Amino acid sequence: MNVWIAIGVTALGCYAVKLAGLLVPAGALERPLVRRLAALLPVALLAALTAQQTFADGHALVLDARAAGLGAAAVALVLRAPFLVVVAAAVVVTAGVRAVAG
Amino acid sequence: MGLSGFAFGVTSAGSGLTVWQSCALSLLVFTGASQFALVGALAAGGNPFTAAAGAFFLGVRNAFYGLRLSQLLALPRAVRPFAAQWVIDETTAVSLAQPTRRNARVGFAVTGVSLYLLWNLTTLLGALGAERIGDTDTWGLDAAGPAVFLALLAPMLKTTTERAVAALAVVLGVGLLPVLPAGVPVLVAALAAPVVLYVTGRREQRAQGGRGGQRGARGGER
Repeated sequence: MNVWIAIGVTALGCYAVKLAGLLVPAGALERPLVRRLAALLPVALLAALTAQQTFADGHALVLDARAAGLGAAAVALVLRAPFLVVVAAAVVVTAGVRAVAG
Repeated sequence: MGLSGFAFGVTSAGSGLTVWQSCALSLLVFTGASQFALVGALAAGGNPFTAAAGAFFLGVRNAFYGLRLSQLLALPRAVRPFAAQWVIDETTAVSLAQPTRRNARVGFAVTGVSLYLLWNLTTLLGALGAERIGDTDTWGLDAAGPAVFLALLAPMLKTTTERAVAALAVVLGVGLLPVLPAGVPVLVAALAAPVVLYVTGRREQRAQGGRGGQRGARGGER
């Protein structure tokens, strides 16, 4: 049930912000400060989420195969690999490290 | 986004969501980063509202896409509620690249329809596939989520301001993980954006005021 509540709230919220952008008059969100904040907000969230989903195990911080996988993704990004290759690199390396480590 | 719907379906199923729940997310939310964030937060044991809040804040950028698109496409008001669901990174990028309004409208519609179909179909396949293979962690599929986030983040890290925001957010998000309820540290980490913006704003002011000769010294930061 909790999952359905989360899905419902997220769906409503995400649809509302999409629609808001199309409906509000241009001037309302065009202030430079608001624009810069809106550009930086995803940076903060994505950085925090990347780190958490790599190093978190519940409330504990761990260094496991996922870190190696993310390292591989980072290398792929530096080499300008396509999106799917980046994700695949992370998955394959993580699985490989786990298989080797048992 | 296209094919990474498969990665989302797998990650979502691996996070404990049913096939129906995974598909409902792709049909109703249809903005990739928010969906990954939500299933990640739910898997970590976050309550539905903090989990949804993180996903919502990631979706806020779509409002700014909508703003640019509404000027560009000039859609009739009655059409906007239907077009809204397709206001995402890719449709915006395609529309903005078109030379005329007519081309932009066609580009928006074609990209919107094809990505919506592809994203939902691949989500279904990914979720079904994950149920087949059982323990998705053995296959390293729990690394798909963070890799997607990193791939979305990397092109955004253009200047020192963005890098500072990312670094502070990592410190807050990871540092607060052991002490705050699941899902909350990400919301606190979002504060890195206004904090860094405030600090750089103060610095720019100080550089401009007082010492006239120093003006424009920090021009490197957009």
